Amino acid sequence: MTNKGTPLVEMRDISISFGGIKAVDHVTVDLYPGEVVGLLGHNGAGKSTLIKCLSGAYQADAGQILIDGKPVEINNPRDARAQNIETIYQTLALADNLDAASNLFLGREIVSPLGFVNDSKMEAETRKIMHRLNPNFKKFNVPVSALSGGQRQSVAIARAVYFNARILIMDEPTAALGPHETQMVAELIEELKKQGLGIFLIEHDIHNVMKLCDRASVMKNGQLVGTVNVNEVTDEDILSMIILGKKPEQAA
Amino acid sequence: MTDTSPPKKKTAAPTDGIPFLTKFLRDTEIDTRLLGMIGALMLIWFGFHFYGAIVNGQGFFLTPRNLWNLSVQTSSIGIMATGMVLVIITRNIDLSVGAVLGLTAMIMGLLQVNVLPQYLGLGNPAIWVITVIVGMVAGACIGTFQGWLIAYRGIPAFIVTLGGLLVWRGSAFLAAGGRTISPVDENFALLGGGPYGAIGATGSWIVGVLGCLGVVWMLHSGRKQRIEHDFKLRPMWAEAFLAIVGCGMIIGSVLLVNAYPWPKGIVNAYARANDIVVPPEGLFISHGFAIPVLILVFVGICMTILMTRTRFGRYVFAIGGNPEAAALAGINTRWMTLKIFALMGMLAGLSAVVASARLNSATNALGVFDELYVIAAAVIGGTSLAGGLGTIYGAILGAMVMQSLQTGMVLIGFDTAIQQIVVGSVLVFAVYLDNLYRKKVK
Repeated sequence: MTNKGTPLVEMRDISISFGGIKAVDHVTVDLYPGEVVGLLGHNGAGKSTLIKCLSGAYQADAGQILIDGKPVEINNPRDARAQNIETIYQTLALADNLDAASNLFLGREIVSPLGFVNDSKMEAETRKIMHRLNPNFKKFNVPVSALSGGQRQSVAIARAVYFNARILIMDEPTAALGPHETQMVAELIEELKKQGLGIFLIEHDIHNVMKLCDRASVMKNGQLVGTVNVNEVTDEDILSMIILGKKPEQAA
Repeated sequence: MTDTSPPKKKTAAPTDGIPFLTKFLRDTEIDTRLLGMIGALMLIWFGFHFYGAIVNGQGFFLTPRNLWNLSVQTSSIGIMATGMVLVIITRNIDLSVGAVLGLTAMIMGLLQVNVLPQYLGLGNPAIWVITVIVGMVAGACIGTFQGWLIAYRGIPAFIVTLGGLLVWRGSAFLAAGGRTISPVDENFALLGGGPYGAIGATGSWIVGVLGCLGVVWMLHSGRKQRIEHDFKLRPMWAEAFLAIVGCGMIIGSVLLVNAYPWPKGIVNAYARANDIVVPPEGLFISHGFAIPVLILVFVGICMTILMTRTRFGRYVFAIGGNPEAAALAGINTRWMTLKIFALMGMLAGLSAVVASARLNSATNALGVFDELYVIAAAVIGGTSLAGGLGTIYGAILGAMVMQSLQTGMVLIGFDTAIQQIVVGSVLVFAVYLDNLYRKKVK
């Protein structure tokens, strides 16, 4: 990994608290183009909260977000999208009553010159991208509530990929998936990496972390334990960071 | 779509393996819920007609006169029900629409009777225009205020609009000191229907032909879109079937409203005023479509376009389906809520125009219990109180079902107490049926 030059994203000294509890406490992480950074930690360690500051769902109380070295203001999900930041949430964030195309384009509908939504065009585009991501996907005209977990996941991923993201946030993308679909997601991550995207990956499965990530940032109780290059440590090291909150050098 | 489910009706004659009905519904892409609702409506209509025919010796329900009146009576509730669909889809409720109707009707009554004639002179055609605009704006303002309390101050919609129900009703009383304002402006009164407030035979034919052209145009442009993107097409016979049924229903309704003549007294008065000699057998002057019905149709079309063809409509459904996902997709859900309540208020104002014009007066009791009928109409029409589901045409059909029940019971001589019991029971039963249907479809 060549971590030189300007990082794609730098989240500097981010803090956010809810009702007196510091969910994220002075955390700094960065991400370079073509890199996958794993965010690890127990449930409630603050990973999702930290990442929601980047996706615009929360606003940090303190700290700075830099993209390409320039400070940016991200006050809502629209701002994040304008910076080409796309997020795949753990909950998938799909409107269950709408079909795949409506979900994919939610908030960014293709409209005709008169301002009417162009459903056929959106469905055609959805068919194209789904054909690339998940050729078995056939259910275009039913609400996504009628889809399986894997199919719903493909819709959520398609939404992130379709709009030419530069920065992708994936919150446990394989949590609800079977082995075959997990493999598909892994291949997709590899492909996106080659295209030069930066990916933040929140992941619990240590094997996936070792396989997919270049670096791993570990959090505990809202604080950053440390960031390591995955190929320089063992899975035991990372586990002890998660559980004990100690960096490998200290643990050794 | 549900191709894995086993065919249910084994008795239906199968054509190449698939039961005929299934194949028919699949090819025409008709919503089975819509069919169910129309079936229920027909059942009510024929039921009342034949009950009347058998028990009272004559059925009055399926007559041009009754159906014409039914269409006029449905208008006021129907207009509001189209707005209530949006409110309920986004998991809110509006209990204040009846009171908002009452207050806006009172404002309009005072304006056109006490204020405007002083400046414009009695009967000035600008009076009704200004009055209608003021009424709708007043409704929209009330709606905006309630929407603001709900969206930006976090008070539950149930509470805000329950309070509104009392506040606006009380305000209506205070505005006129409890008096009834009557009669309204002559031109304004036409918006409520009646012999003069209808567009006559020729006008109805023009509307009917435009409607048929609209149906054909919709089918044509739909097909064009599908060809452009290489989607599966309906078979040609299905397109033709839909065109014939659509146009047939429109032409049928034109024939129906044209078959209802003006009463003799009105004809004679009209003849005297226009120096027409009435022949001994009498003059047959058709009512044609009533203006309030046309208003309802217009509102229904606009709202359907809004809900199915615009971003606004898409966001309404998205918020109903998953408010959190909608917010994460960058939709400003609070602003949307405010706009939805503003729209609801505006429609209540429009509904007040129709209701007070029809009564030819603004009274304190105008719109009492309307909120319940409007909510019932939306829910019977398939709007889910859990949010995310609902159609405009369903709500209008629902309003028609409610009105048909009431009219029918009046015609066969049931008293008010029985009417209330029946309408209440039907509401509960309809929602139960809908639940069963949804489970089965899944």
